[in-house]
Amino acid sequence: MSLTVEETKVRNQELIAEVLKVYPDKTAKRRAKHLGTYEEGKPDCGVKSNIKSVPGVMTIRGCAYAGSKGVVWGPIKDMIHISHGPVGCGQYSWAARRNYYIGTTGIDSFVTMQFTSDFQEKDIVFGGDKKLEKIMDEIQVLFPLNKGITVQSECPIGLIGDDIEAVSKKKSKEYDGKTIVPVRCEGFRGVSQSLGHHIANDTIRDWVFDKGDKHPEFVGSPYDVAIIGDYNIGGDAWASRILLEEMGLRVIAQWSGDGSIAELENSPKAKLNVLHCYRSMNYISRHMEEKYGIPWVEYNFFGPSKIEASLREIASHFDDKIKEGAEKVIAKYRKMMDAVIEKYKPRLADKTVMLFVGGLRPRHVIGAYEDLGMNVVGTGYEFGHNDDYQRTTHYVKDGTLIYDDVTGYEFEKFVEKIQPDLVGSGIKEKYVFQKMGVPFRQMHSWDYSGPYHGYDGFAIFARDMDMAINNPVWGLTKAPWK
Amino acid sequence: MTQDVENVVDHLNLFRSPEYKEMFADKRKNFEFAHPDDKIKETAEWTKSWEYRELNFQREALTVNPAKACQPLGAVFVAVGFEGTIPFVHGSQGCVAYYRSHFSRHFKEPSSCVSSSMTEDAAVFGGLNNMIDGLANTHAMYKPKMIAVSTTCMAEVIGDDLNGFISTAREKGSVPADFPVPFAHTPAFVGSHITGYDNALKGIVHYFWEGKERTPNEKINFIGGFDGYTVGNLREVKRIFDLMGVEYTILADNSDVWDTPADGEFRMYDGGTTLDDAKAAINAKATISMQEYCTEKTMAYIAGHGQETVAFNHPVGVAATDKFLMEVSRITGKPIPDALTKERGRLVDAIADSSAHIHGKKFAIYGDPDLCYGLAGFLMELGAEPVHVLSTNGGKAWEIKMQALFDSAPFGKNCHAYAGRDLWHMRSLLNTEPVDFLIGNTYGKYLERDTGTPLIRIGFPVFDRHHHHRYPVWGYQGTMNTLVWVLDKIFDEMDKNTIIPAKTDYSFDIIR
Repeated sequence: MSLTVEETKVRNQELIAEVLKVYPDKTAKRRAKHLGTYEEGKPDCGVKSNIKSVPGVMTIRGCAYAGSKGVVWGPIKDMIHISHGPVGCGQYSWAARRNYYIGTTGIDSFVTMQFTSDFQEKDIVFGGDKKLEKIMDEIQVLFPLNKGITVQSECPIGLIGDDIEAVSKKKSKEYDGKTIVPVRCEGFRGVSQSLGHHIANDTIRDWVFDKGDKHPEFVGSPYDVAIIGDYNIGGDAWASRILLEEMGLRVIAQWSGDGSIAELENSPKAKLNVLHCYRSMNYISRHMEEKYGIPWVEYNFFGPSKIEASLREIASHFDDKIKEGAEKVIAKYRKMMDAVIEKYKPRLADKTVMLFVGGLRPRHVIGAYEDLGMNVVGTGYEFGHNDDYQRTTHYVKDGTLIYDDVTGYEFEKFVEKIQPDLVGSGIKEKYVFQKMGVPFRQMHSWDYSGPYHGYDGFAIFARDMDMAINNPVWGLTKAPWK
Repeated sequence: MTQDVENVVDHLNLFRSPEYKEMFADKRKNFEFAHPDDKIKETAEWTKSWEYRELNFQREALTVNPAKACQPLGAVFVAVGFEGTIPFVHGSQGCVAYYRSHFSRHFKEPSSCVSSSMTEDAAVFGGLNNMIDGLANTHAMYKPKMIAVSTTCMAEVIGDDLNGFISTAREKGSVPADFPVPFAHTPAFVGSHITGYDNALKGIVHYFWEGKERTPNEKINFIGGFDGYTVGNLREVKRIFDLMGVEYTILADNSDVWDTPADGEFRMYDGGTTLDDAKAAINAKATISMQEYCTEKTMAYIAGHGQETVAFNHPVGVAATDKFLMEVSRITGKPIPDALTKERGRLVDAIADSSAHIHGKKFAIYGDPDLCYGLAGFLMELGAEPVHVLSTNGGKAWEIKMQALFDSAPFGKNCHAYAGRDLWHMRSLLNTEPVDFLIGNTYGKYLERDTGTPLIRIGFPVFDRHHHHRYPVWGYQGTMNTLVWVLDKIFDEMDKNTIIPAKTDYSFDIIR
C-alpha cells in the first residue's frame, strides 16, 4: 500500500491544497510558499523560510530572547545571565532545556537558576538602567565566584530606550574589566529564535573576543579543536567529546553546553572548529575563520553512518595520527553499533517518521533513522533559513513533504492524513499527537532521555524510538466495545 | 564502558562510568580555568551563614529564582476554561510558545493558544494589523466559539488599545459582528500570573455582563483561581455541589481541556463553561472564589452587580473545608448532606491516626499567596509549625493576614510570612533556621539539594512528578490527598534515615 514517489508527490500536492483551504486568501497565499515537496536534483526544498510568522495561526516558533538566553548564552555555566525585563521569560525558560553541566550551582555555576530584574511598572516608566547597575552590584556581593554577566534583553528594554551597553561598560570598568555582555535579544526582533542566535554570536565576537587574550598561559597543541553548536542536551556534547578525544584531538572548548567563559575566550586558539548546529553558530565560526584563520567543518553525530563520515571528515583536517585515530574509533564502536542495529532494525524497519524541529535536527537525525531502516517522509524547520533547506537536500528523499514554520493546524492535518508511525517534534506538539494515537518523541529535549549524539547516544536513540513506536499503549486507545 | 545492547543506559547512568568521569575531570582541569575547589567549598559554606542571609535580604534590585510567573499565563489559564475558547495573546510570539510549553509540562496535555506575532514593524507602528489578520486567521482555522484576548508586555509598552483594535478588526470582518472577543490588558510588569487570571476573568465576565439586567436566581457561581490542581479540584467541587444539590456555574472550568482522553482524537476544545452559562451567571445569587488574592477585581466587579461574594484562601483542612461548606450551605439554603459529614469524619479519623508523626514538625512553604495560606492553616490544624511561609507574589495585606493566622494558635508562634521574597531568600532561611520539610513546586528540588530539606511537591508548576494535578486538594477528600502526600514524605524520610545495616537500622520499623 505504500505509494510510489510520483503518487506521493501528487498526494502531497493535494494535501497542501486541502490545508490551505482553511485560510483566508491572503494567509493562504503566504502559507503556500512555506509548504512543498522535495524534488530530487533541486538545490533546495522549494519552500520560503525565515519570514515573519502569520498572526493568529499558532506558530511553534519562539523569539530572539529564547535564541540568545535559552540557546547560545544560557548554558555558559560560570556566568550569570540576567533575564532583563519582566519575570515571565526567565521563568518559563528556567532550567527547561536540559543543558547539562558540572559545577556547584549557586556558587560557581548558575545555569539552572533564574536571575531576573523582575521589571515593575516604575522600571518601564523611568527606565531600568539604574536597577541594572544595582543588580550587578548585588550579584558581585552574593555570587562572588561568577566569571561574568550577560544581560539578556526582554521586549521592553528596546522599547523604553535603556542603554544596557553603557551600564555594562561602566560596571565592567568598575569591576576590573570583568566580562559583562549586553545582549539586544528583545523578543520582538526578527522572526524567530534565529535572530537571537545571531545577535548572541555577535556579542561573543564584540564583548568577549575583542577584549584581548585573557589566558596567555594557555598552551596549545596541534590537535586543538572547539566543539561549536552543541548544547549538551542530556549530555550530547559529552558523548561527542569523548569520541573526538579518543581519536586524538584535544577539545579546548564546548560551545556552549557545559561551557565556561574561559573556553569561549580560548577558542580562537583552536586549529579547527567543528560545528554541529550550523543554524545557531555558523556566525561565530565564520568570524573565527575570517579573523583568526580557523577553518570550520560541519559534522553530524546522529547515527553510525553519519558519525563515521563525520569522524573521517574531521580527521581529514589533521595528520595521519588523527586519521588513524578516527579509524580506530570507528572500528572500536562498530561491533556495538551492529548489535544495536541488529536488535532494533527488525522492530523499526520501514516505519515512517515526520519531523518538525529547530536548528539542525530536521535534517541531521534523518541518517540515524535510516540506520534503523526507517523513513522520514516529512520534515520542516521552526526557524531555518534557505541555507538549511539547501543542506537538507543531502538528506531527504525525493517526494518528502516539507513544511516551514508549520502551524498547529497544518501539522495536525498532515499527520492525520499521512499517518506516520512516529512524529518527532516538541513539547507543544507531543500531546496533540499522542491523543491522536500517534507515537511521539520530543526531539528538542530528547523527551528527558539522551544523549542522542555519538555512538553511546545512538544506542539510546534506537532504544527510545523502539519504546515509542512499539509501546503497547497504542493498542489500547480504542475501547473494545466501541 | 560503551553501551551494552542488552542494557542500554541513558544519561542517568552513562555519565557515571569511569571514561566519562575522567573526561569531566580533565576538562575542568585543563580548559575551564575554574576556581580552586577549596575556594568553592569555602564560598558555599559562607552562603549558608547568617551573615550571608543578611546580605541576601538586603537585596533591592536582583530577583533570584522567583516563585511567580507573569500575567498572560494566568489569562491563558482562564481562557481555556470556556467552551470552545482559544486564548489569543497580542504581542510577541515567543511568549505564547512559553505559556504553551509551561502548561504542557505541568498537565502533560496539549495547550492551544495563538499569538498575534508582533515584530519590529509592529513595535514602531503598533499591532493593529496583527490584530486584524490574527483574529481573522484564528477564527477561520480553529473555529472557536470565543477568542479571549490578552497582551504581552511588548504590546503594553507600546500602548496598543485592545478595545479599539478589536472593534476595528470586527469592522474589517476578521470575526462576525457578534462574535465574542473579550479582552484584558495583562502587562507582565504588574503583578503576576494571578493578577492575569483576575484581569482575564474580569474581562470575560465584563464582556457578557456589562450593561445587562440581572434577574436573580438560586444558582451560585464558583471560581477556582489559578490552580495547578484545577483538574482534580474542579471535579471534586462539582461532586460536592452535586451531593448538596446546589445549582452552580463554574466559571473558567478548564478541568476537561487539561485532562482529555487518549482515544485517537485530539480535542483542541473540551468541556469548559458554556458561553450561555457565562452570560447567565450574572443572575446567580452569589459568587464564591477559592482564592481571594487571585480574584480581587473580578469579585469586586461581580459584587457591583448585586451578588453576594465570598472569597476563601485556598481552603485545605477540616476547619477550612467546614467553613467553605457552611458558607455554601448558608448561601444556597441546602443542608450539608450526611455523605459529606461522613467524609469529614473519615478525614478526622485519618488525622487522628497519623497526627503523631506530624505534630511539632517544622515546615517551610512557598507558592501563590492563597495556596500558602491554605496549606499553613492545614499544617497548624495538624499541630505542625509552618515556620517560613514565602510568597513572591504575596503583598503586604497577605503578610498581615498570614500573621493573624499564626497568632490564632500556639503552633504559629515562631512562624513568619515573607511577601515579595524569592527562593534564594528561602535558601537562606532554610540554611539558617532549618525546618523538617519544605512544601513547594518542582523548583523546590534545588532547595532540597542545597539545604537537605526534603521537598513535598505541592504547587505549580510540578514538572518532574506525574499526574498529581488529577487529584484534588480541596474538600475533605482533597485534604486527605494532601495529608497522604505529607505523610508519605515523612515516612520515606524515616526509612531513608534508618536504612544502613548495623548502623542505623534499629528504627527501620515495619509498623509506623
